[in-house]
Amino acid sequence: MNEIGLSLDTVWMLLAAMLVFWMQPGFALCEAGFTRGKNTVNILMKNFVDFMFGSLLFFFLGFGFMFGSEGAGFIGMPNWGDLSFYKGELPVEGFLIFETVFCATSATIVSGAMAERTKFSMYLVYSAVISLFIYPIEGHWTWGGGWLCSDAADGFMMSTFGDVFHDFAGSAIVHSVGGVLALVGALALGPRIGKYAKDGKSRAIPGHNLAMAALGVFILWLGWFGFNPGSQLAASGEVNRVAISHVFLTTNLAAVAGGVATMFLTMWKYGKPSLSLTLNGVLAGLVGITAGCDLVSPLGAVIIGLVCGLVLVYAIEFIDHKLHIDDPVGASSVHGVCGILGTVMTGLLSTTNGACYGFGWGFFGAQVFGIFVIDLWAAVCGIALFYGIKKIHGLRVDARIEEEGLDVYEHGESCYN
Amino acid sequence: MKRIEAIIRKTKFEDVKEALLQSDIDWFEYHNVHGIGQSRQERIYRGVQYSTDVIERVALTIVCRDPLVEPTVKVILKVAHTGEVGDGRIFVSDMIDTWSIRTGENGDTVLRDKK
Repeated sequence: MNEIGLSLDTVWMLLAAMLVFWMQPGFALCEAGFTRGKNTVNILMKNFVDFMFGSLLFFFLGFGFMFGSEGAGFIGMPNWGDLSFYKGELPVEGFLIFETVFCATSATIVSGAMAERTKFSMYLVYSAVISLFIYPIEGHWTWGGGWLCSDAADGFMMSTFGDVFHDFAGSAIVHSVGGVLALVGALALGPRIGKYAKDGKSRAIPGHNLAMAALGVFILWLGWFGFNPGSQLAASGEVNRVAISHVFLTTNLAAVAGGVATMFLTMWKYGKPSLSLTLNGVLAGLVGITAGCDLVSPLGAVIIGLVCGLVLVYAIEFIDHKLHIDDPVGASSVHGVCGILGTVMTGLLSTTNGACYGFGWGFFGAQVFGIFVIDLWAAVCGIALFYGIKKIHGLRVDARIEEEGLDVYEHGESCYN
Repeated sequence: MKRIEAIIRKTKFEDVKEALLQSDIDWFEYHNVHGIGQSRQERIYRGVQYSTDVIERVALTIVCRDPLVEPTVKVILKVAHTGEVGDGRIFVSDMIDTWSIRTGENGDTVLRDKK
């Protein structure tokens, strides 16, 4: 490839990395807005921790775990801060940054679900473990060239399904893993004080600033234009410039379809269009399209967005009213349920190998198996981690601290003075 | 010397404020208040429907000399009126004494007429 082409690819990758980094303030504002003002410092701090720990640990060890030499196919070799092992056309430093912001995105999904009641010190432990082990290991199975994505003819996926698992930008690898961990974390913690009445009826605990949450969602939306099109990791040449444009379009169509579906469903269900749910609906569409944004047609993207936006509302109700798991921002529904849904629907709607286009069920099977394995991994790690912490040290702050707010007791600062 | 307390609709606050300043009242204080009453409002947050009985109103506190009480009450009655349930209430009570902190002056002459 020519020099200018490689430079263009590198600039595009770094630009996309900036946009994905910008999803961090999106998550921070979204989560802060959906929770109460007495816990705002705490949730902002958790978002900073996720990026700071993620960047350091992924640089020292996680990058090697994810992209290091194959070994047993389960985990790569730790790199101990040495980047020279990586052999690729693009500069390794830039590629590390690009992968770092994805790792941090996966980590930061959980903070919203565990908001308003988690010990900060224990959150540090969780944040380190996901950036160091949980994410890089499943990332190694897929983007690291591991067994789920290996297209060797005698590999497990090719010999079983005749196709490999496909997750273009991380519906499964980034979002569903974050979402499953969010669900397990919220389950291990238990609901916030006052969330459920004695008869088990769910109560609303309105967030303190929906303007903040809405701005956060718009910022995330912008970030996704780096998250998905950037995952092409190239911009030069006809193939790439067509691909990133296509991904840009499918990403946006799924986002608006998700938001529209949720808005109309809430109008029908509750009599009024709900902003708090429509914000989640946009994110649901974005999470859903992330796996197959390169393979589905624009119309397929609209279908994925619509389905995710509709399922989201029922998922939130089911988790809240039936399972009684208190997820203040809906992270488990948005990232978990819609991440799974988007990955599976890619197996149906892919124009090159999907079941709906007459290519048989091999690829669909690969998608179902892949998402199952990845989320089983996340769930097992999450249960071991959160219940382990709960047993050894306690995961939750004292009732008095929870009632008066984590900001003052855990941080000594309040957001609004 | 009397104290007039008026609880009025938030939407009527600007009109009442203008009307009071047009009359002889040169200073009053106000607070946003929450009351609990009969009317309930349905709300939805993230798929949970709930109703709230909190009613938001503005409370004005006006201290004036006796001759001004009747005209002031009449202004509020007129301007804050819509005829719907929830227009509010006016309470009048006696004030025993007053001082001006700047001059040390005592008695209801502290409350000057606005001329």
